[in-house]
Amino acid sequence: MSDRNRFVRNVVIKALILFAVVNGVFAAVNLMPALGRMSLYNTLLPGRTRLPYGEDPQADYNLSLFNLEAMFASHEAAARTSPGPLRVMLIGDSATWGFLLPPEETLASRINRNSQGAVRVYNFGYPTMTVTKDLLMLSHAVRYEPDLIIWLVTLESLPQSKQLASPILQHNAGAVRALIAQYRLHSDPQDPRLASPTLWGRTLVGERRALADLIRLQMYGFLWAATGVDQAIPAQFDPPQSDLEADEGFHGLLPPVLKEDDLAFDVLAAGREMAGGVPLWIVNEPIYLSRGANSGIRYNFFYPRWAYDAYRLMLADWCRAQALTCYDFWDLIPAEEFSNSAIHRTPRGEAILADSLEALIAEERNGR
Amino acid sequence: MTFPNILVFAAVCLAAGGVPRIRAWLLFLASVLAVFWLQPALPVRNLDFWLPMASIGLATAVWIVTARKRAPAAEAASPAGSGGRRMTREDWIALSVLGLTISALALTRYLDLNPFLTATRPPEFLWVLAGLAIGILLLGGLWIFSPRRGLALAGIFFLLALFVILKSNPLTQAAAALLRRLTGQAADLASPLDIRWLGFSYIAFRLIHALRDRMTGRLPDCSLREFITYGIFFPAVTAGPIDRVERFVKDLRAGPAGFSGTFVPGGERVLIGVVKKFVLADGLAILALNAAIASRVTAPYWMWLFLYAYAFRIYFDFSGYTDIALGLGRWAGIALPENFHRPYLQPNLTLFWNSWHITLAQWFRSYFFNPLTRALRSGRRALPIGLIILLGQLATMTLIGLWHGVTWNFLIWGCWHGMGLFLHNRWGEWSRGWMPRLEKKPLLKKAYTAASTLATFHFVALGWVWFALPTVGSSTAVFLRLFGISG
Repeated sequence: MSDRNRFVRNVVIKALILFAVVNGVFAAVNLMPALGRMSLYNTLLPGRTRLPYGEDPQADYNLSLFNLEAMFASHEAAARTSPGPLRVMLIGDSATWGFLLPPEETLASRINRNSQGAVRVYNFGYPTMTVTKDLLMLSHAVRYEPDLIIWLVTLESLPQSKQLASPILQHNAGAVRALIAQYRLHSDPQDPRLASPTLWGRTLVGERRALADLIRLQMYGFLWAATGVDQAIPAQFDPPQSDLEADEGFHGLLPPVLKEDDLAFDVLAAGREMAGGVPLWIVNEPIYLSRGANSGIRYNFFYPRWAYDAYRLMLADWCRAQALTCYDFWDLIPAEEFSNSAIHRTPRGEAILADSLEALIAEERNGR
Repeated sequence: MTFPNILVFAAVCLAAGGVPRIRAWLLFLASVLAVFWLQPALPVRNLDFWLPMASIGLATAVWIVTARKRAPAAEAASPAGSGGRRMTREDWIALSVLGLTISALALTRYLDLNPFLTATRPPEFLWVLAGLAIGILLLGGLWIFSPRRGLALAGIFFLLALFVILKSNPLTQAAAALLRRLTGQAADLASPLDIRWLGFSYIAFRLIHALRDRMTGRLPDCSLREFITYGIFFPAVTAGPIDRVERFVKDLRAGPAGFSGTFVPGGERVLIGVVKKFVLADGLAILALNAAIASRVTAPYWMWLFLYAYAFRIYFDFSGYTDIALGLGRWAGIALPENFHRPYLQPNLTLFWNSWHITLAQWFRSYFFNPLTRALRSGRRALPIGLIILLGQLATMTLIGLWHGVTWNFLIWGCWHGMGLFLHNRWGEWSRGWMPRLEKKPLLKKAYTAASTLATFHFVALGWVWFALPTVGSSTAVFLRLFGISG
């Protein structure tokens, strides 16, 4: 064998060994959370006003990823700020996140604007409807020292059967199992949807997609900083369905029975426990009230009347029993102020809800 | 080219480089298969099968036109008008391999598998046989008539006409509508994207070069197998470089240099190309100037950042592909020509165009700029030299612009560079008097070179504004924002 060939062979062998060692170490020491915390946001780039979520990254300048540390590190709440106004954390679903709304029109931004600096509201809403996902977000949000937590919920987020039906939960199986164990939640920790990554999946190669997402999140930060865009909003979209099926079913349940066990009140109770001494408000978020076909049977695409009415009563009773502050804004917003679904609001609809919440927050602030 | 494409091509090239006995046939077969494999799926039914077939058909046709009138010695030895070459045994085998390969690809339609060598399921076998029969008839006719004068020129015009159709959106759309009608699809859904012909631009440049060199008697003799491999050589079919027949065939015949001489340099080149393309270019693509960014960004500093991102993205993307092609070629024993040489570090625009897409610039210099300026100089009325240079530079660069697409923006981009080259030429003439004095002051010379490099880069980067955006309006708006003239 010539010297050159020997040299090539040695280089290849050493490269393969190094590659195997680096992958092995990466798999053994879970570096993804630490890498997620390394962020250009809040230093070189302004923090995002809501958590990263994007269905079309190239148009949204935003993307959906599953690294919670990276998601929260990119949020404006992660910026070190001196103690100041009342810090309010909003958690909830896509309506709280502000689907089809520009960042300056979301509920959090509206309340911030209305309060003229008296309160600082942070948007920790995140699309997909399950309160277990909200609890996971809350478990990270509490580190930013809230003075008040407002949890916007709706019936569709509460069925026990769909608590784990969110990709962000399924890709954070370890954290979800920890929540289930710590707060004795009813969800099954062995649910097959909570798949733990294999050894190969934890290597550098296995995590290549997640690593690329971390880099892309930083890259999109430049576009976010330059444009203030974090969601491409189409000029036109279909309004919520107003003519409804004559269907009284709700997630396999039929009238007249909706039991407390069918709904994830255990998760709401866990949220209260997690909040500790920080006040937690539960807000039943506004829904679209159809006036079309079969609106006597259903309020909207999501809810048959019987189930929703039972849920409202049950939530009010539960809040009373738990001595929790709860607000029911179910019919606060006129039907024409919903954008593309029974929960997504228009800027005007958002303003109505923001005014109501801002008034309540002001009372809370004055009461301190 | 995707990453799996590159891995497969690497294996083929290493095999070709390692086993000299099968190298020429392996490269030929791989090139034929690759045009089918790399062709993207198209909405017009089966067009993603017919277009690669057409690429092979065009290359064969040009070989026939050029093969029948070859070396002057062969021409002199044969009776007038009968041409100078007969089909050799190797040519017949190559033709048979082409037919059998295409037939075998068509037969994969009947395998109970997802298409793996074609973008979609191939057409009915009988249709492919009919297509092959028509192709053979046409090529046979061409063989009979090929010694006729003017056929090479007609071939050039035919390829140019195809170019114009494929590069002009309204014409491409009309052609797509016609094809949709032929396949019984809705013609009103036709779009220019219906006809994305893999590598046509590069294949056509190689074929025009062969036809033109045949007309001037400079084309070397080569077999069908060699010519097809040259025309659609798989590492270079998607993004160049545009090699010359004589150089390519010389390498093909020389045989591989062996693993020890090519493995490391070839691998190094492929690795550099992969990093440039898949890490740097694809990363920068997020930030590169585009129509959406142009409409959303208002602050000049951000606009400059996104323009720089575009400038580096296009460089890393294009030169990355070239590096991969050169590395793969090297493994296979083919030393493809360099296409980039630090273009953004050149101190003037002329040197930039000598180091950016070098083979395209050389092609245009050989087949357009030089003949044009010669014609202008030897015209009945002597034109001033400055005017000849202006006309030559403007016409050449405009044509290069239009090669990317027949749009106002590409036209302006071509004019931008044409004017830039002309101005640099005049500056060179003007500065000739005092430039030697600068040479004697090294520090000043360094500062001058640095400033001119920076100026050249920014001239090129600003030119990308026309290139990157679809309309004159959006490009003008970006120019205004870059200089803080409008918010």
